[in-house]
Amino acid sequence: MKDILLDINGLTKAYPGVVANNNVSFQILCGEVHALLGENGAGKSTLVKMIYGLVKPDSGSMTFQDQQFMPASPNAARGTGVAMVFQHFSLFDALSVAENIALGMDDAPKSRDLAKNIRQVSNAYGLPLEPNRIVGTLSAGERQRVEIIRCLLQNPKLLIMDEPTSVLTPQEVEVLFKTLRQLKSEGTSILYISHKLEEIRALCDTATILRHGEKVDTCIPATTTAREMAEMMVGASFANPIKANREMGDTILSLKNVSASSAEAFGTSLQGISLDLKEGEILGIGGVAGNGQDELLATLSGEMTVASDMIILDGQAIGKQGPTARRKIGLLSAPEERLGHAAAPAMSLRENTVITAAERKSLLNNGFIDWTAADQYTQDIIADFDVRTLGTHTPAGSLSGGNLQKFVVGREVLQNPKVFVVNQPTWGVDAAAAASIRQKLLDLADNGAGVIVISQDLDELLEISNRFCAINEGRLSKIVPTATLEMDQIGLMMGGATAEQEGADA
Amino acid sequence: MIHFEKRLNPSRITTVVTPIIAVILTMIAGGIMFAALGKPPLEAIRIIFWDPLFDPNFASYSRPQLLVKAGPLILIAIGLSIGFKAGIWNIGAEGQYIMGAVFGAAVALAAYPADSVLLFPAMVVSGACGGWLWAMIPAILRTKFNTNEILVSLMLVYVAESILASVAQGLLKNPEGYGFPGSRNLQQYPSAFNAEVIANSGMHWGVISAFIAVICAYVMMTRHIRGFEVRLMGEAPKAARFSGTSTTRLVVFCLGISGALAGLAGMFEVSGPSGQITIDFNSGYGFTAIIVAFLGRLHPIGILLAGLLMALTYIGGELAQLMLGLPGASIQLFQGMLLLFLLATDIFTNYRIRIGGAK
Amino acid sequence: MDFLGINPVLLIASLMVSATPILLAAIGETVVEKSGVLNLGVEGMMIVGAVVGFITAVNTENPAIGFVTAAIAGALLSTIFATLVLHLKSNQVATGLGLTLVGLGISALLGKPYEGIKSPTLQSLDIPILADIPIFGRMLFSHDAMVYVSILIVGLVWYTLKYTRAGLVLRAVGENHDAAHALGYKVIRIRFLAIMFGGACSGLGGAYISLVRVPQWTEGMTAGAGWIALAIVVFASWKPWRTLIGAYLFGGITVLQLNLQAAGVAIPVEYLSMSPFLITIAVLVIISARGNQGAPASLGRPFHASN
Repeated sequence: MKDILLDINGLTKAYPGVVANNNVSFQILCGEVHALLGENGAGKSTLVKMIYGLVKPDSGSMTFQDQQFMPASPNAARGTGVAMVFQHFSLFDALSVAENIALGMDDAPKSRDLAKNIRQVSNAYGLPLEPNRIVGTLSAGERQRVEIIRCLLQNPKLLIMDEPTSVLTPQEVEVLFKTLRQLKSEGTSILYISHKLEEIRALCDTATILRHGEKVDTCIPATTTAREMAEMMVGASFANPIKANREMGDTILSLKNVSASSAEAFGTSLQGISLDLKEGEILGIGGVAGNGQDELLATLSGEMTVASDMIILDGQAIGKQGPTARRKIGLLSAPEERLGHAAAPAMSLRENTVITAAERKSLLNNGFIDWTAADQYTQDIIADFDVRTLGTHTPAGSLSGGNLQKFVVGREVLQNPKVFVVNQPTWGVDAAAAASIRQKLLDLADNGAGVIVISQDLDELLEISNRFCAINEGRLSKIVPTATLEMDQIGLMMGGATAEQEGADA
Repeated sequence: MIHFEKRLNPSRITTVVTPIIAVILTMIAGGIMFAALGKPPLEAIRIIFWDPLFDPNFASYSRPQLLVKAGPLILIAIGLSIGFKAGIWNIGAEGQYIMGAVFGAAVALAAYPADSVLLFPAMVVSGACGGWLWAMIPAILRTKFNTNEILVSLMLVYVAESILASVAQGLLKNPEGYGFPGSRNLQQYPSAFNAEVIANSGMHWGVISAFIAVICAYVMMTRHIRGFEVRLMGEAPKAARFSGTSTTRLVVFCLGISGALAGLAGMFEVSGPSGQITIDFNSGYGFTAIIVAFLGRLHPIGILLAGLLMALTYIGGELAQLMLGLPGASIQLFQGMLLLFLLATDIFTNYRIRIGGAK
Repeated sequence: MDFLGINPVLLIASLMVSATPILLAAIGETVVEKSGVLNLGVEGMMIVGAVVGFITAVNTENPAIGFVTAAIAGALLSTIFATLVLHLKSNQVATGLGLTLVGLGISALLGKPYEGIKSPTLQSLDIPILADIPIFGRMLFSHDAMVYVSILIVGLVWYTLKYTRAGLVLRAVGENHDAAHALGYKVIRIRFLAIMFGGACSGLGGAYISLVRVPQWTEGMTAGAGWIALAIVVFASWKPWRTLIGAYLFGGITVLQLNLQAAGVAIPVEYLSMSPFLITIAVLVIISARGNQGAPASLGRPFHASN
C-alpha cells in the first residue's frame, strides 16, 4: 500500500442556486495517476480550484502529507507542492516563454539562469521549448508545454492537469503520456481531469467519478469498460444518434482556393482552402484548436469577406457578401463561442433570436421589429429543441451551456438553411444534450441541407460526418470518406504533414 | 466579507432608485462642502433645488429658464446616449455644439437683412450639418484608421473653441459693432430669431426639438432594428458583427446623430437665448450633457428627467451665487460629484451584493 | 542663426520646460495603462495638483513642498477613481470623465482666493561643468530640478517595467488579468497602486504648470494638457522612452507656435493656438493607422474575479 499524498474529506462548495460540490471525499496516493471523471458541470473544476487555493470550500477538510491543508491562495498551494496546468491556459500572449514561466514561480531565478533551466527541463521531459519565443506565436500544443514546464520547474508533489488533451493531436497526446508516465515513475502524483474514457483507461491507476457535484463511484480504469464508466458518469443510458443512409444531391457550396488573413492579433490566416459540399452531406473538419477554425467559420458566415468567386453557393459568387446577404440566400452558421459571439449574454432569448433570424423569419417591418413574431419564433425553438428555460424573456447568459447551445443551433436549423456551418456544436455540453444536437444535425442533412461541422471532438465527427478532413495552420488536408478512416491517418492529417510528427518524436 | 455577483439583466427597481440615491448622496456631500465654505448647508440646498421652482419671488423667472437650460442638455444627451449604448464615446459634444452655432449663425448673418420664412429652417439644417460635420472627423478617423474617437473628439473641442474665437473677431463680427468682438444679435433679426413659441414659458424651438428627440430615441431604441443594433454592439460587439451589423456604419451613425443633435442645440442657443456669437459663447453644455446621459441611465425618459434636474442645478446655482455668494465653481463640482456618486451606486444595478457569503 | 526672430537654443531650452508637465502625466498614465486600466481623469488630477501645489507653495514659500503636496493630492484624487473602477466596477470611461469634471470643480473652488498671486518658483539648477559647455550647456543643463526629475522618473519606469519582477507582474496583469488572478496575483491591489502612481505623476505635472511654467494660478490653466498626455501614451505605444520623445516633440510645437505668435507672424493667433491639437490628432492618426502595437490586451476591460 502506497502512502496517501492528499486526503480530501467532505469538501462542499455551494454557489447561489447550485451546489458545485457536495461532501466529496477521496484520496490521492503518492506516485499514482488519479483520474477525476465527470461530465461538464459535474463539479470537477470547482473541486480542483479548491485544491489549488483559488476557491475556498464552504466546509470539509484536506490533508497533504498528513499535514492540515487549506491553501488560501495559489501561492500557498504551490508552496506546499501542488501545481496546476489549466484547461484554458493562464498564459500571457504578449510575453515571452521565460517571462510566462517566471510569473508562475515564487522565486524565479535570474533570467539567464531561468532560460538555461527551461532548456534543460524541457529537453529532459521531451517537451522542447525556446525560452525567448513570444507565447502568442506558439501552437496550442507548445503553449501547453509552457504550462507544464512552469509546473515542473517547481518540483511539484502533485500535478493537476485539467483536460490536457483537448488541444492536442493524437501524436502529441502520446508524447504527453510519455512525459506523465516519466513523472509518475519519479514519484510525482498526478490528478488527471478528463471526460475521455479511453485516455483514462490508458493512463490512470484510479478514477473518481463525479456527477452533479457528488462523488458517485471509484474504479480501477484498467479493469472497467468504457461503457461502464460512461454510465457511472452520466447516470443513465441515452440514445446514440442514428446515421441514416441518404442520397447526396448536387454540389451546393464550393470554396475555391480561399485565403484570408486573420483580424486577430495572434490569429491564424487561411491559406488556399478548397472544398465542395453536396446537398445532404455532412462534412466534418477536425483539427487542434487555433489552427484557423474560427477564421474559416468567419469567412463562411460573412464576418470576414474574401474575393467574390472564392465562395460559390448554389452557383452564386458570394465571397464579398456580408452576413445578412448570405443568410438571405440560405447560408447560416453558428460560431464556437456561445456567449458574446453567437449570443449576447445580457439580452433575452427573444432578442437573441433577432440577431440572426430577422431576415429569413420576416421579423422586420420597414426596419421596425415585430416583437410578437420574434417571440413566436423563439417559442418554436424552445419547443422543438427542448431548451430548458423559464421563457422567452430569460437572458441568454443564464442558460446552461447545453441549453444555450441547443438554442443557438435551433435558431439556425429552424430557418431551413441550404448550408449550415457550425463550429464545436457540442463543446462543453452534457452528453444527453450533445446527442440531441447531433441528431438534429443529421436530420437537417436528411432534409437535403449541406452541413459543415468543425469540431475538435474526433468521435463526434466520425459519428455523424460522411467525409472528413483536418485543418492545420490554416490549410485543409485532403478530404476523405469517413467510412475508410483510421485513427493513425487522422492523426497525420491533423498534424498537417510529417514535419510535426518528427518534431514531437525528437 | 462582501461579495459581488454579476446580474445578467440589471434590476429594474434599482435602475430607478440608484439615481435618486445618488442625488441624495450628492446633496449630503454638497451640504458638507457648503458648510466648509462657511455657507448654511440646508439653506443652500433649498435655494438650489426648491426656490427656483416654488419661491414666489423667483419662480416666475426661473421656471421658463428651466426649459431654456434643459433643452440643449436633453438634446445633446439623447444623441450621446445612443453612442454610449453602443460603446462609441463621443465626448466632444461641446465642440459640435459650437460648430452648430457657428454654422447656423453664419447662414443668418449671410442672409442679413433679408426677410424670409425659409431662413430659420435653413439655419436649422445648417446648424445640424455643422455639428454633424465636426463629429464626422472622429468618425472617419476611427473607421479608416482606427483612431481613438475619445481623444480626437475631445481635442476637437479645443480646435472648435479657437475657431469660435476667430470668427467672433473676424468673419462673423458685427460690422456695426464699433470694433467689439461678437456677431450681430440675432434676437433683433426676426427671420432668424428662435423666439419662444409660448410667451414666458421658455419653450423655444430647441426645447420642442428636445422633446421630439426623446420620443424618437425611445421608439428607435425599443422597436427599430437600428436601435437593436446599437444595443447589441454595446452588449456583445462580436455578436453584432456576426449578426451583420457593420461597425463602420454604426460608428458613423452614432457619432453623426450625436453631432447633429449637439449642432442643433448650439444653433437654437445662438439664435435664441444667447442671440449672438461671442468668444465665450459655449458654457459647457456639451460636457454637462455627459452627466445628464448617465444620470438618465442612457434611457430617453431618464434623460428627460435628468436634463430638467441638471438645469435646476444651473439655475439654483446662479441663485445661490446671488443670495449666498456661493462660488460658481461649487456648482460645477456639485455636478461632477453627482456623476461619480451615480457611477458608484451603479454596482447595485449591475451586481447582486451578498454580505457574509463564504463561511 | 535666428529664424523669424526665434533662437534655436532658447527654443530647445524652453521646449524642455513646456514638455515637462505633459511628460510627467504621460509617464504616470503609461504605468496605469500598462496595468490594464484607462484613466481619462488625467486632466482633473493635473489641475488639482496645480492648485494644491500652488497653494502650499505660496503658504510655505517653498516650491518643493508644493510639488510634494501636489503629488499627494493627485494620488488621493486618483483613489476615488480606483475605488469606483476597481471595487465598484464602474465604467472606466465615464468615471475618468467624472474625475476630470470633479477635478476642474475642486480646483476652481480652491484656487479662487489665490488668483493673481505670484508663487515662489524653482531655481534653475546649473549643473557644474556641463552647464558651462557652450550652447548645449544652456540648452540642456541649466534647468530647474523637476525637468531632471521627470526624466529620472521615465528612466525608473522603463527599468522597472523591463527588468524587475514588479514590472513583469504589472505587465502580466495588464495583458491578461484572468490568468494573473489564476496564478495568484492580486489584480485589484496592483492596479490600485498603479492608478495612485499615475495620480501622483499627474499631480506633479500640474504643479509644474502652476509653479514653474506660468507661475501663477488661473482657473482651467491646464487647458487640455491632460488629454494631450493621454494621446502621447498612445503615440509612444506604451513605451516609456517614447513618451519622452512624444512630450518633447509636442513641447517643441507649443513653444514654436508661441514664438511665432510673439514674432507677429501673419497667421492669426487662433490658428496657431489650435495647432498643437491638430498636430496631436494627426500624429494619433498616423500611429493608429499602423495598428496599436503594444496596447495592453486587458486595457479598459473590467475585471471581476469569479470565485
